[in-house]
Amino acid sequence: MAKPEHEITWKELNVGCVIDEPGNAASYRTGDWRSQRPIYTKDRCIQCGTCYVFCPDMAIKIIQEGYVEHDLYYCKGCGICAEECPTGAIAMVDEEE
Amino acid sequence: MDKNLDRLNIYASRLLSEKEYFVPGHRACQGCAEALAVRLVAKALGRNTVVASATGCMEIVSSPLPLTSWNVPWMHVAFENAAAVASGIEAGLKVLMRKKRIPQQKITVMAMAGDGGTSDIGLQALSGAMERGHDFVYCCFDNEAYMNTGIQRSSATPFGASTTTSPAGSLVAGQTSWKKNMPEIAAAHNIPYVATACTSYPFDLMEKVKKAAAIKGPAYVHILSVCPTGWRLPTQMAILAGRLAVETGMFPLYEVERGRYTLNVELTELRPIEEYLKIQGRFRHLTQEMIAQIQQRVREEYEKLKKKVQLTNED
Repeated sequence: MAKPEHEITWKELNVGCVIDEPGNAASYRTGDWRSQRPIYTKDRCIQCGTCYVFCPDMAIKIIQEGYVEHDLYYCKGCGICAEECPTGAIAMVDEEE
Repeated sequence: MDKNLDRLNIYASRLLSEKEYFVPGHRACQGCAEALAVRLVAKALGRNTVVASATGCMEIVSSPLPLTSWNVPWMHVAFENAAAVASGIEAGLKVLMRKKRIPQQKITVMAMAGDGGTSDIGLQALSGAMERGHDFVYCCFDNEAYMNTGIQRSSATPFGASTTTSPAGSLVAGQTSWKKNMPEIAAAHNIPYVATACTSYPFDLMEKVKKAAAIKGPAYVHILSVCPTGWRLPTQMAILAGRLAVETGMFPLYEVERGRYTLNVELTELRPIEEYLKIQGRFRHLTQEMIAQIQQRVREEYEKLKKKVQLTNED
């Protein structure tokens, strides 16, 4: 989307409120909802992909060799990845200003 | 999206599609297993899909104008008619293909709704669409109350759960009726495929959705999606709670293929129901007698289901 969401006026909307740009919510930052941030320890990771499968915000990216990386632009800090990780490679720490 | 899935060590994860059709940036609460369920369903269905979505959490979080989280054609319809609209889309596509306006191809039509949009408000449209035999997949994302408007009870709310319209007090302890058995109602329509799934078993869920899409005729998939906000649960326990729901027998995973029942997670012994109830704030007020009552009911229902499995697999 060319403009930030709050600058769009009703005159620029399509007839019937049709959104003609698929998946444009990806521009919306949900990472600032977070109060806890995931800390990833690569040495403990067994590349199982459990965190990737269970992330409701698609905030986990698989990088080369099957290791993962958290996309903090989207991560809401729910802690599912840390809870479900079989080896405890992810820990949640409080977000600090 | 993710290009490195084939580097994972688990075989099943390597088989996942790399594309996301439900993109991040949606506004679901932290730890929302329903958003996860939608993501997995969209992943399983793939590119050639048209979605009709009833009002509910997933409509609100995925399409705040002018943004949309959907990478496939998606349409918001009223609360009661997701199934009716899906059957219209299916019939329309069929005619367009017959008249050669669009090339002949397999397009999956999915209708989705929450438990309120399925078992309360959308029931008659769903029943009609199933009876007419349209080729579509209906996914019910069951979070056991009207979470979107602020946790009001629905007919899918389990017995004893405290919601804002069935609050636990000194006279009444939460919801007074039992959860409506929606998969059984769907199975009673004699449709080709009915299944229950849970986000805590993601590969099972995706397999079922794929199967539902491949089968000709109506298919119904009932997905238990844990709602940490409404169930009064720490956000990181969303997956654990779903797993406990299955292992305690509260929400058995089974499928009904042309009348034949199959249990997907067969449990020789059910875990005690307390393990599931005690982690949730909505069941905090339950007394030991009520827990025993729920335990007995769950056991009876599970035995009944086991008998159905036995009975339909006899020949």
